[in-house]
Amino acid sequence: MNAPENKQQFRLVGTRPVRPDGVEKVTGKAIYGPDHVSPGMLQGAVLRSPHPHARIRGIDTKKAEALAGVKAVVTGQDFPQAADKLVAGAESASNLRWVAQKCMAIGKVFYEGQAVAAVAATSHAVAEAALKLIEVDYEVLPHVIAIEDALAEDAPVLHDDVFTQGLAEKPTKPSNASMRFAIERGDAKAAIAGAAASFTGRFTLQPVHQGYIEPHACVAQWNADGQAQIWCSSQGHFAIRAMTAGILQIDIASVRVHPLEIGGGFGGKTTVYLEPVAMLLSRKAGRPVRLTMKRTDIFRSTGPAPGAVIDITLGAAADGTLVGAEIELKYHGGAFPGANEVYSGVGGAVGHYRVPNASIVGWNVLSNIPTMHAYRAPGAPQINFAVESAMDELAARLGIDPIDLRLKNIVHPGEPSASGVPLGAIGYAEALEAAKAHPHWSSPVAPGQGRGVACGAWGNYGGPSTASVKLGEDGSVLVTEGSPDIGGSRASMAIMAAETLGVAYEKVRVTIADTSSIGFSMVTGGSRTTFATGKAVIQATEGVIEQLKDRAARTWGVDVAAVTWEDGTAVHGDQRLTLAQIAAKTGTTGGPISAEAVVDPHDFLPGFGVHICDTEVDRETGHVLVKRYTVVQDVGRAIHADYVEGQMQGGAVQGIGWALNEAYVYDRSGKLDNAGFLDYRMPVASDMPMIDTVMVEVPNPAHPYGVKGVGEVPIVPPLAAVGNAVSRATGIRMHDLPISPDRVYGLLRAAE
Amino acid sequence: MSKLLVSTTVNGDPQQFLCDPDTSLLDALREEMDLTGSKEGCGSGDCGACTVVLDGKMVCSCLVLAPEAEGRQVSTIEGVAEGNQLHPIQRQFLEHGALQCGFCTPGFIVASKALLDHNPDPSETEVRYWLAGNLCRCTGYDKIVRAVMDAAAELRQDRRTAA
Ligand code: FES
Ligand code: FES
Repeated sequence: MNAPENKQQFRLVGTRPVRPDGVEKVTGKAIYGPDHVSPGMLQGAVLRSPHPHARIRGIDTKKAEALAGVKAVVTGQDFPQAADKLVAGAESASNLRWVAQKCMAIGKVFYEGQAVAAVAATSHAVAEAALKLIEVDYEVLPHVIAIEDALAEDAPVLHDDVFTQGLAEKPTKPSNASMRFAIERGDAKAAIAGAAASFTGRFTLQPVHQGYIEPHACVAQWNADGQAQIWCSSQGHFAIRAMTAGILQIDIASVRVHPLEIGGGFGGKTTVYLEPVAMLLSRKAGRPVRLTMKRTDIFRSTGPAPGAVIDITLGAAADGTLVGAEIELKYHGGAFPGANEVYSGVGGAVGHYRVPNASIVGWNVLSNIPTMHAYRAPGAPQINFAVESAMDELAARLGIDPIDLRLKNIVHPGEPSASGVPLGAIGYAEALEAAKAHPHWSSPVAPGQGRGVACGAWGNYGGPSTASVKLGEDGSVLVTEGSPDIGGSRASMAIMAAETLGVAYEKVRVTIADTSSIGFSMVTGGSRTTFATGKAVIQATEGVIEQLKDRAARTWGVDVAAVTWEDGTAVHGDQRLTLAQIAAKTGTTGGPISAEAVVDPHDFLPGFGVHICDTEVDRETGHVLVKRYTVVQDVGRAIHADYVEGQMQGGAVQGIGWALNEAYVYDRSGKLDNAGFLDYRMPVASDMPMIDTVMVEVPNPAHPYGVKGVGEVPIVPPLAAVGNAVSRATGIRMHDLPISPDRVYGLLRAAE
Repeated sequence: MSKLLVSTTVNGDPQQFLCDPDTSLLDALREEMDLTGSKEGCGSGDCGACTVVLDGKMVCSCLVLAPEAEGRQVSTIEGVAEGNQLHPIQRQFLEHGALQCGFCTPGFIVASKALLDHNPDPSETEVRYWLAGNLCRCTGYDKIVRAVMDAAAELRQDRRTAA
């Protein structure tokens, strides 16, 4: 473990105190999505389509409704007519017309597992029994799953009103290619033709799931007067409110969403699947209703991350300088338009390098699988796998050390980002230098093993957050925020507030409030929370300090400008009043002290990681074992070092799973063949070595404590780091994920 | 379907509950006894979030039928701490930051305790294989393994001091 040097001598920033929600979580007391109980609560269950593509001719719910104990049945017909309407709140705007159909099919099903009806009953057993009594009349339609199949001339077209966006001319025929997005600069073709070395390859990936262990779950209660409450775990209860209210066409103020503890999201819990359904059931039944997803349904009907087909050519001069990139990436979009991974895929493809000539074209391709949903650095790992594999090939062809090749081409502060805006205090070069200096990189590669390296960036985000800080009468401090804590952020908020105020960490208590108790905060995603919500907490704390100084000034009868705040104490000459002393007197100095801050910062900076991976390949079975793994990352500045390292380790292991094992496998009838943790094989403890971490700190000057987002970057480089390691161990370039034993075995036999 | 009356012992306390014959022990703990510390991540024995100890043996409570608990001893996450005194494993999890979302944590702690109860000095490999039935999607396992190793060392130290 590498504790950051406390360069600025912070008292608390960069330390590792126990998190405020820790005891509840190690003793089993914390209440997660599936744990909440409302009095009189009914149990719900959802009927899902067995077909990947079908028209619903009719649904007969009469027998189900007649079953004793059944209190409500809903189908797509109970949903208000959904027109095109965009709502903000999540990482990008969502079109409610499509979001509604992710909750319940309306007239047509577009993927196996899409909800078609739901029941609320007095017990789970009754609800399940009622599902069996619902008769759905399907007209089965031809389906398509794979990207290339969906683009074929004779492919079944999913939507007759979806035309490819982003073409120069509006197309006349609907298409499964819902969107094209491209970046063109210079003349990539000519530059590559004149390059000293080039590499051309096609890389493919399958859809993967976020794999959070907590199932989606909620309890909804929609009263006769139109007011509603929802208890659920999500990455952003304001987004849940916006989408639920939008779909059901009710006022935002009439829906109060209570955030429960969230058991992992990774981007996948920034949308609604259950909440509007539970609401409709509750309104019909007149009682609160709980819905919980089964694991198979989570795999079948919630957002995977896109599979991809990527064609890439990179060209470099003899000294390694990149001269041109030609890339076409096609990403799975799923059943409905709106997935935005293509934007970050195109924008981030070679965004961390200086490439004068680039032609990067991306396509979002619809097919009969669930609509893609954000997964940690959405859209970046796929393209990074292709780019960083190509870089590895160029390094080998040019005889240049792979880290040196990257150092030669990496962008530096002041140079333009992919969007053309000059980059601020980024630490790409520092991270690469730290990787190069790491003992892992200089250690000899063990016989029979291969070592791979890859780097990657993620833009991070800012966005709106609200926080309030209140003083207790005894001088203790209450922070209230609206950002769900998915990995220790309460601790980071407490550290920042305590550091700013000059009090002990334990004096600060943090609450994540419901949507009616604190102002709007965007989802916890995009690596924005410690940055943006942190800024709101710091700003509100500064507001409290101003009031504390004012109270002290009044007590002393001096001008507030002459009072300073030092280490939790108001100071004027040799006069001092501690925070506790001022707090104790608020009753006579003007009343309680509190401040709120609303921020919407956009001065965030990208993060950057370099991963080094050693693998051993069993030539008899094709099994790949990760022997050693090191994550080096520019983290800006770590607020709570344990949870920064935790993000680096967790993201890396998710990426390793993506590289080696994880993939959606569809059978010929369009059904997901591995919709469970047994067959969808995520990494377990015995698969992994320790994950060594190096936090490189190049602070963001726009944040009081230098924060950059840290959560997303670590899943970007592992796919190529593992792929490059296996390629070097076997002498065979890995073009296709997952690098599963059967695939490696086949490649090894073919090469013999 | 008529309900069955089950009498069992949970964390040392006598418990009686009514359930359908096909109710899982996990559902009985969560729904009938309000012990929601045991989690359901899969319901199929693949994630370990529901881990409990039944008559000294670590099991996935989602795979045990509730009536099978009749006359037996069940230990859950709620019984790991003694009152407000955290078990060393719980404390080491906190000190290492070995949880992010914490949803897997009860299962890991119950499983780790079961390991250390019968093997006080496990190697890293033994810890990793023992915990291979518990999925954590957040941490990458590094800090969990370190927490368990350190808890084992602490418990050995405690035993030496007590001896
Ligand atoms: S819920 Fe029992 S093993 Fe997953
Ligand atoms: S801490 Fe989230 S699953 Fe383990």
